[in-house]
Amino acid sequence: MKQPLHPALIAFAVVVFFFLVAPLVIILGAAVSDTTFLTFPPKGFSTRWFVKIFEMAAFRRTIVTSLEIAFLATGLALLFGLPAAYALNRYRVQLPSWLSTVFVLPILVPEIVLGFSLLKSVAVGVDMPVFATLVAGHTLIVLPYAVRVISASLSSFDFSMEEAAISLGSPPIKTFFTIVLPNVRSAVIAAFILAFITSINDVSVSLFLTGPGVSTLPIQILAHVEQFFDPVIASVSVLLMVLTVGVMAVVELTLGLTFLAK
Amino acid sequence: MTQPLTIERLSAHYGKVQVLEDFSLKIEAGELVSLLGASGCGKTTTLRLIAGFLEPTGGTIRLGDQDLTRLPAHRRNIGLVFQNYALFPHLTVAENVGFGLKQRGAAVPERAARVAAMLERVELTDLGDRLPAALSGGQRQRVALARALVIEPPLLMFDEPLSNLDAKLRVGMRAEIRQMQRANGTTSVFVTHDQEEAFSISDRVAIMQAGRIMQFDTPETLYSRPANAFVARFVGFENLIEMRVLARKGDLVEAEAMGGARLTLSQVEFGAIPDAFVLGARPEGLMVVGPDAPGIPATLGLRSYLGRAYQYLCDSAVGPLTAQGLLGAAQEVGSAARLQPVAAQCCILAPEA
Repeated sequence: MKQPLHPALIAFAVVVFFFLVAPLVIILGAAVSDTTFLTFPPKGFSTRWFVKIFEMAAFRRTIVTSLEIAFLATGLALLFGLPAAYALNRYRVQLPSWLSTVFVLPILVPEIVLGFSLLKSVAVGVDMPVFATLVAGHTLIVLPYAVRVISASLSSFDFSMEEAAISLGSPPIKTFFTIVLPNVRSAVIAAFILAFITSINDVSVSLFLTGPGVSTLPIQILAHVEQFFDPVIASVSVLLMVLTVGVMAVVELTLGLTFLAK
Repeated sequence: MTQPLTIERLSAHYGKVQVLEDFSLKIEAGELVSLLGASGCGKTTTLRLIAGFLEPTGGTIRLGDQDLTRLPAHRRNIGLVFQNYALFPHLTVAENVGFGLKQRGAAVPERAARVAAMLERVELTDLGDRLPAALSGGQRQRVALARALVIEPPLLMFDEPLSNLDAKLRVGMRAEIRQMQRANGTTSVFVTHDQEEAFSISDRVAIMQAGRIMQFDTPETLYSRPANAFVARFVGFENLIEMRVLARKGDLVEAEAMGGARLTLSQVEFGAIPDAFVLGARPEGLMVVGPDAPGIPATLGLRSYLGRAYQYLCDSAVGPLTAQGLLGAAQEVGSAARLQPVAAQCCILAPEA
């Protein structure tokens, strides 16, 4: 059955669509412009700015650093976040209700404040190496995503399944991996994507924690923009987007994004 | 293989709240016993203590010669059927049923054979490859039952297993569970708040309230000879009338209720009557008769049609009573009548301390 659409609704949808897509189109256009400055619409066509990224050691280095940090921070966030989310839901009745709020605090605190505090306490106070400090900082800002997303899925998990498995002879820890984890797999993957993207794109916390010789891609972009106005910035942005879309695509191909929406 | 379950002086707390106190129960080998009571009576707590999901603060649980009290839940070897089935949604029906065998390290061919045999018993042979989501409620319940039975546990426990099914299916499943339990001779504990369900399925029923057993007996005994006012009310003796004996003559007893109403009761019909007692009567155990006949004087109130009789809410000197009258003689609201106890639908209780 076909329902008639109101013309105003169509118009509205079109406007929103362009609003969402326009920045991407502009950046994509600017990235392939055959000029030495940022411009849109692009003049000519060239892929040399993409090549340029990899010719510049600073970008090469920071891309690797960003990926390393994103994987480590996301991994750690899941390592801490999964058991935390499990405990928050499994023992919801016994635990005080404010406890789950504690796990979203890093989101509520302005990231600038968070970055500064970490700088004062960890980087300067404890004198931790820059890379380790960055991983710690990123773990902190992505942990709430991991806890929240997995928690949301576990909140509808029927824990009597776990009891059923245990009564059938499966030890508790094994039961977590054979019964609980497979049923929140989609949430774990969603948490991974969200945390990974958050880490890769983070500026505020990294701004404070990057130090001599160690920087992340967004910070390098910032540093570059301060001195140059060439399309490299646009092409790096495209690269970041491709990376993000790439992660989504891998999920789509292996599981299907509809799987995530469940 | 089947073994008696002995619970001695079990107690449990949730925080500071005592949910079970000094709870003792002995279930014979092969017996099916129901724990019956309203929510919060401690029946589910008892089940979870036996299963090992809760730790008691005192007392022991023994299955045969084995002390289960401190044994981790996964080593207790108890078959459990849950209210919401608790099937594993990411595993097929066959994998669900085979789960317990896999934990026990059964070889793949043996596992497959036993799962197939079990699925045949619960008439799900063709559905082994389906996921639980593709099954109906009744089928899911069968899978849950098969999953618990296939490990051949010495003890089976059911936690309100039928309350999510519709009425017709419930009665059918009830019979199936009973038949399968009889065939296996497995000692079983059945938790429910449904009296009819408990009575129809059990060898014996423990009626529970506030963490204690009020009476543990066969359904027949519970239904006709409740031990106290709580059980009496629970099994439908809605009218409880406190009385004391004025005179005895042979087997006849003349007794007086609060407010002066007098009754003459035969001990041949009602059983032994102590000097002070409570007369329990179901609505059909108080017969509405004319105002000049012997009985408890009452004023008739709201009348409702039950098909086989009329039921009246009555006012009397002993308080509000529910009685029944014949269809042919419908009485109007406000008319005076007498209520006569019918021995078969009455019980005699000792007065509460």
